[in-house]
Amino acid sequence: MSDQGNYILEARNINKYFTDPVRFHVLKEISFGIKKGEFVSIIGKSGCGKSTLLYVLSTMDTSYDGELLLDGKLISGKSNKELSAIRNEHIGFVFQFHYLLPEFSVLENVMLPAKKLGRKSLQQIREDAMNKLELLGIGHLANKLANRISGGEKQRTAIARALINEPTIIMGDEPTGNLDSKNSENVFSILKKLSVERHMSLLVVTHDMDFARKTDRIIEMSDGRIDNSNA
Amino acid sequence: MNWAVILGISKTHLLSRLKQSSVAALGVTFGIGTFITLSSFMTGLNGLLDGLILDRTPHIHIYNEIEPSETQPIDMAEQFANSFNLVHSIKPKQSQVRIHNALALLDHLRKDEEVLGAIPQVHAQVFYLAGSIQLNGILNGVDVMEEVRLFNLDDYIVEGKPETLATNQNGIIIGAGVAKKLSLKVGDRVQLTSIKGELFPLKIVGLYQSGLAEIDNVQSYVNLNTAQRILGEGKSFISDINVKLRVMEKAAYMASQISQQFDLAAVDIKTANAQFETGTQIRNLITYAVSVTLLIVAGFGIYNILNMMIYEKMNDIAILKATGFSGMDVKMIFISQALLIGCIGGGLGLLIGHFLSVGISHIPFETEALPTIKTFPVNNDPLFYMIGIVFALISTFFAGYLPASKAQKIDPVDIIRGQ
Repeated sequence: MSDQGNYILEARNINKYFTDPVRFHVLKEISFGIKKGEFVSIIGKSGCGKSTLLYVLSTMDTSYDGELLLDGKLISGKSNKELSAIRNEHIGFVFQFHYLLPEFSVLENVMLPAKKLGRKSLQQIREDAMNKLELLGIGHLANKLANRISGGEKQRTAIARALINEPTIIMGDEPTGNLDSKNSENVFSILKKLSVERHMSLLVVTHDMDFARKTDRIIEMSDGRIDNSNA
Repeated sequence: MNWAVILGISKTHLLSRLKQSSVAALGVTFGIGTFITLSSFMTGLNGLLDGLILDRTPHIHIYNEIEPSETQPIDMAEQFANSFNLVHSIKPKQSQVRIHNALALLDHLRKDEEVLGAIPQVHAQVFYLAGSIQLNGILNGVDVMEEVRLFNLDDYIVEGKPETLATNQNGIIIGAGVAKKLSLKVGDRVQLTSIKGELFPLKIVGLYQSGLAEIDNVQSYVNLNTAQRILGEGKSFISDINVKLRVMEKAAYMASQISQQFDLAAVDIKTANAQFETGTQIRNLITYAVSVTLLIVAGFGIYNILNMMIYEKMNDIAILKATGFSGMDVKMIFISQALLIGCIGGGLGLLIGHFLSVGISHIPFETEALPTIKTFPVNNDPLFYMIGIVFALISTFFAGYLPASKAQKIDPVDIIRGQ
């Protein structure tokens, strides 16, 4: 844990317990960091706590002990409102299930986090969003309703949405878990491209070893502990 | 808080569930519409019924009461001061029917700032003659134009004009019941005899119908001096004074003052119509109870629909929170949806309420009791529209507040995990 200034995201001694139905130690003394431009994957068996860890890192889950730093700043213990703002600006999400707002068009879905951030004019946001969609090769779908496109297209829309505010880090929870191998390959190459060409930091939870092997670093988890964090 | 984004999301939610949103809005529309219709109609009727009494009842009625003296001579005798005195068959004290020095009293009343008008009346017992038949009757000698001004006498004159009576010293506005019994119409002559037996032919210039048969069958209106002539009395003979005040509430106080100061009977309107005010209050109470119930039912409808909507939108809520919308943003999204439903539904409700009220005010409503009323009375008070829209917004706000607070507290991790 040297030279903490280089870390985009850093976890220090994270412990978490589930209390329902019985007290259970899910995350045990988790400490690690992600550098800028690094593509990191977390793998592990079902129930090892990897998704739970991701939700803690994502700031959505706040019931843990330990410290979480984003870009060198402590974000543990901040209010929900502040955390929302941090998520909005600094963290992009891609989930296993694509989680788009079904009644909104693809373009509107992508624009939404930027509208919430409110830094740019609507016109600029629209252009940005179109650029992201073009980047992911789905510009032609912009005006379709989000529930009228295929799974692979939805996942790419979700990635475009994650990118819209130029976040510090993109997090994925099994982003390819629900896709066939061709689409899976496609999504991976997009993520890889972001990492290589745009120096984005990426943290992806997966149980797909093929996927993990192609990332810069693999963090293996079992029983709530990190086995190996130097691979 | 970024309202444009929040309202944009609300709008899309509402429009994409157009049917559901419409049902919720229609609930409000129905509630507000009926509230306005009901209030306008009920208060219109109330106003009519109030007017029926208030318009033609003097605020203070001054007359000389024929009654026994309150203190009998024996009560004044010192030697019986400590004994229990019982006098049987007390007779009313000897006094005149007319008000003593009435013209001076009238002058005095008219100078009072509180008094809108004070008008003299002369009541005279007469018989209407039809061949050998004699019908009992009461003549009201009045200053007819003043009666019209203060007590809306013209509302009850179904044929002819009060002006004609004012210019005709031998004219009479005859009760509709009497006219019917004697087969008389406007322009005919009617023979009257006074109690003293003198014969007076009068020309019928109008028909009077109060709606109460027992009044219409006996009562007629003539000019003040016609009545004085029939009674064989002079210009100062005045049996009653009717006073209308600027503020009705002061009647009781003024009546007691007048009765003490001039030793006359003075009855105020509240004493004369005590039961009437209770009726008005109860009718108002019923109106408000029914209206509020309607609005509450509409509120529950919105609560229900928003509650369901939030269950359907769990995923959306999780996404919004994951992408950086705070709990407060999510809450505002749902509250604004409720308020939009309230605004649109309430606005439509105002329109529908207005149309229904206008519709009702065109329904024919003809009754013997109210000769000048041709359609149902409706009180289009802007206040009801204000109350309606304010209540629509308040009730939809609360109906939306509870589900929205629930949405605010939803933990996105629970939802995302649950998939």
